Amino acid sequence: MTAPPPTNTKDARDAPPPGLRIPKRRGVELSLLVCAVLICVYGYAEVGLARSGAVPPDAARYGAGLGLLALLAHLAVRWRAPYADPLLLPIAVLLNGLGLVLIYRLDLETPGDRAAPTQLVWSTLGVGLFIVVVLLLRDHRLLQRYAYLSVATALGLMILPIFFPAVNGAKIWIRVGGLSFQPGEFAKILLAVFFAAYLAANRNALAYTGRTVWRLQFPTGRVLGPIVAIWLLSVGVLVLERDLGTSLLFFGLFVIMLYVATGRTGWIAVGLVLAAAGAFLVGSLEPHVHSRVQDWLDPFASIRAGDGPGQLAQSLFAFAAGGMLGAGLGLGHSVLIGFAAKSDFILATAGEELGLVGLTALFLLYALLVARGYRAGLALRDPFGRLLAIGLASILALQVFVIAGGVMGLIPLTGMAMPFLAQGGSSVVTNWIIVALLVRVSDSARTPRPDMADGGVIAPITEDER
Amino acid sequence: MIRYIRRAAALCLVLLVALLVNAARVMVFEADAYDENPANRRIAITRWGEPRGEITVDGHPVTGSRDSGQQLRYERTYTQGPLYAPVTGYASQTYGTTLLESAEDSLLSGTDPMLAPLPLWNDVSRGRQPGGDVVTTIRARMQEAAYRGLDGRRGAVAAIEPASGRILALVSSPSYEPGVLSGTGPAVAESWKRLNTSPDQPMLNRAIRQTYPPGSTFKIVTAAAALDAGVVTDVDAPTDTPDPFVLPGTRQVLPNEATGCADASLAYAIQWSCNTVMAGLGVKVGLTDMVTAVEKFGFDDTGLRIPSWVAKSNFDTDMSDDQLALSSIGQFDTAATPLQMAMVAAAVANNGEIAYPHLVDRTTTAGGTTVDTTGRRSYRQAMRPSTANQLQNLMVRAVEEGTGTNAAIPGARVGGKTGTAQHGLGNTGTPYAWFIAWAQATDSAQPAVAVAVVVEDAEASRTDISGGGNAAPIARAVMEEGLRLEAEGRGR
Repeated sequence: MTAPPPTNTKDARDAPPPGLRIPKRRGVELSLLVCAVLICVYGYAEVGLARSGAVPPDAARYGAGLGLLALLAHLAVRWRAPYADPLLLPIAVLLNGLGLVLIYRLDLETPGDRAAPTQLVWSTLGVGLFIVVVLLLRDHRLLQRYAYLSVATALGLMILPIFFPAVNGAKIWIRVGGLSFQPGEFAKILLAVFFAAYLAANRNALAYTGRTVWRLQFPTGRVLGPIVAIWLLSVGVLVLERDLGTSLLFFGLFVIMLYVATGRTGWIAVGLVLAAAGAFLVGSLEPHVHSRVQDWLDPFASIRAGDGPGQLAQSLFAFAAGGMLGAGLGLGHSVLIGFAAKSDFILATAGEELGLVGLTALFLLYALLVARGYRAGLALRDPFGRLLAIGLASILALQVFVIAGGVMGLIPLTGMAMPFLAQGGSSVVTNWIIVALLVRVSDSARTPRPDMADGGVIAPITEDER
Repeated sequence: MIRYIRRAAALCLVLLVALLVNAARVMVFEADAYDENPANRRIAITRWGEPRGEITVDGHPVTGSRDSGQQLRYERTYTQGPLYAPVTGYASQTYGTTLLESAEDSLLSGTDPMLAPLPLWNDVSRGRQPGGDVVTTIRARMQEAAYRGLDGRRGAVAAIEPASGRILALVSSPSYEPGVLSGTGPAVAESWKRLNTSPDQPMLNRAIRQTYPPGSTFKIVTAAAALDAGVVTDVDAPTDTPDPFVLPGTRQVLPNEATGCADASLAYAIQWSCNTVMAGLGVKVGLTDMVTAVEKFGFDDTGLRIPSWVAKSNFDTDMSDDQLALSSIGQFDTAATPLQMAMVAAAVANNGEIAYPHLVDRTTTAGGTTVDTTGRRSYRQAMRPSTANQLQNLMVRAVEEGTGTNAAIPGARVGGKTGTAQHGLGNTGTPYAWFIAWAQATDSAQPAVAVAVVVEDAEASRTDISGGGNAAPIARAVMEEGLRLEAEGRGR
């Protein structure tokens, strides 16, 4: 960025040079949103055509509903975050809409279990919260003040399910009259906020103080202690609840944020060693996890044993059946996966019916979303905003990798939800909040005149600001 | 900090690349192995997701499909299951396919690339066409006549149009209902078990998959060999064979059922079925020439497909003279399918040439557009035309005033040969009654039908068994229908 011309007035200080106006790109966002909605409606119609030879009667209503939600979100962004990255919202709408199409498509195979209407309600709620966050949170740095409240809430939310009965082997749900949600999903945002705030405040101490043991420099326990304690606590709770995916996510999130904050490669090494030890311990001691590792090592063992294909084998069959071009929406048989076909394994339906081409497009959409988060992080000047953006984007990246790698046999399976795509209310709502925060952060990053004078401290330009 | 953000971003890129590479591995490089895994239900689901094409007889389908509402959606049904089971076979979701259902499976199930308007693109898109239809050469009335004639007794009938090789009837008895094997579940498994353990072996296709000692019907083959080799030049001349005949190199005496066989002519031997004359002729022709001759009829051919494979009819190629003598009258190790013996009759009727026998006239798309037609192909020249002409006269004489009078049809020229094949250890088994024949309407240019009938009747008393008595009436009934249909075809 070119250095601004030195002036005295506050307003002119960060203004771009005359003749250079940073475009807001809201028009681009709107046209991308129209495309996203049209793609989703097309997919919805195609499912109907493939299954019953007719466009579903409510295709127009579905399109109108999705379009209205997208429009409202767009207007909120236009009003309160005009410089936000124009790709974030359209990608989220497209992913959410495709998820609805896939769930609707799977509903057709399971008449007893209709999940699409519920998912639509949760999506609406998610977009609603997106709008609320964009409208009310004028500056992301506000969150920095609530770091300790965040972490307390996060731990509370995570501990809560212990008092509720386990569902499908994992104690991660809270059921209150008919409704159920996973508090761990919300906890990951709060934890990212806390990590970002704590690391932003203490990163110099973490990076430069402490004593050196052999060639590794360890920071003082006073600085490192609290954050490691929180992190261990949250991972410990999750392991107790057998929510392996989320504990893996928190592990990765912590290591990435710590590395970005301090630049100490040693931390990554320590993190990886700890992760490997923990994974080995859990994998060999915990029967639930042990069976999943076994399944990953040999997905076809149950077939040889005469028990028919297991879930992972069915998932691999589904992906293989998709091949290069896929069977076409509505024409696959991923319902053979059975349990969790709409949630953990929804990617298999995408793979079978859209093929490698469609799946690659899907991965690239996620990659774009993550990249835009990183981009916002790079452009921001305050460490908290940076770390928050990186943390939120990393949550998406890690989650996509862990779940996609799990259902495709790359890594052992851990129950997690594909962001936006999978059935699951808490997950959809959480992801919309993540996107709302990214929109907010990216707006700050791209606004030509960040209102720093209002409250914040300009981050000192340190040696590593290259 | 920027440097570390970039490195974290690079890590995310690595994760993305890992996902994409893994996706390509599963969905492209290892896809075939996953697709073909027997535990993968997709192939079965797609295969049974559409109604199968039909197998038709005389323009009417003898098969059907029923929407079961199950995961494997369409089950096969059969309109006259037991009657056509030796033609259609079964198409079972549990036990696979047999016979035409198997041989034409890709067409019936719609995967045959020939069904697609653009086969290459179809290969890429893995599209699927509606199943095509198989038009058989079977004539319903002949099939019914044969089935009625056997009347549940163990046996088989094969009828061919000699000039074209079209198989007009193919019956095996006792038969079974192939529809009971169509679906899945315990009822199907129970039926399968019952059919497989039944002493009657109802699922055995006796017309093409079972070989029997052909007995005296084989004498036509020996006679053709003798005439072609020049061992006999005048069918009415004495053959210089003693009665009784001592098998060469042994002290075993070969008896005759008939009388007057001593030194009898070939004509007399065919007419009254003299064992001694034909055994002697076989030895005179010699092993090499006999083997050459029988192979021209299709014996020892393992490659015959109609399009279902046909069991090999056997004539040993390495024998001593006494064994050769027995083999020449259709005993020892000589064994033939009913279809093979129908081909022998057809060879005589068609001036020595055998047209390739076939069961499928043509295949069509679901819309009725012809995909493929089975053209007439020559199988083999079994004997010289002059030899065939002489044998025709001998077979006609056997029907008019010999052992085969039960097959005579007024207004038609009928040639036949009886056989009563002894078998079992020391010939203790109930003999098989054989009859092979052909018939030509007197006003027609060519024979209408050649037929072979075998009856293995365990219930009948041994002495009552005879080709002329048990098998010839069935052959006559089938030939009568054949002549009638041919006359209708000629507009009479």
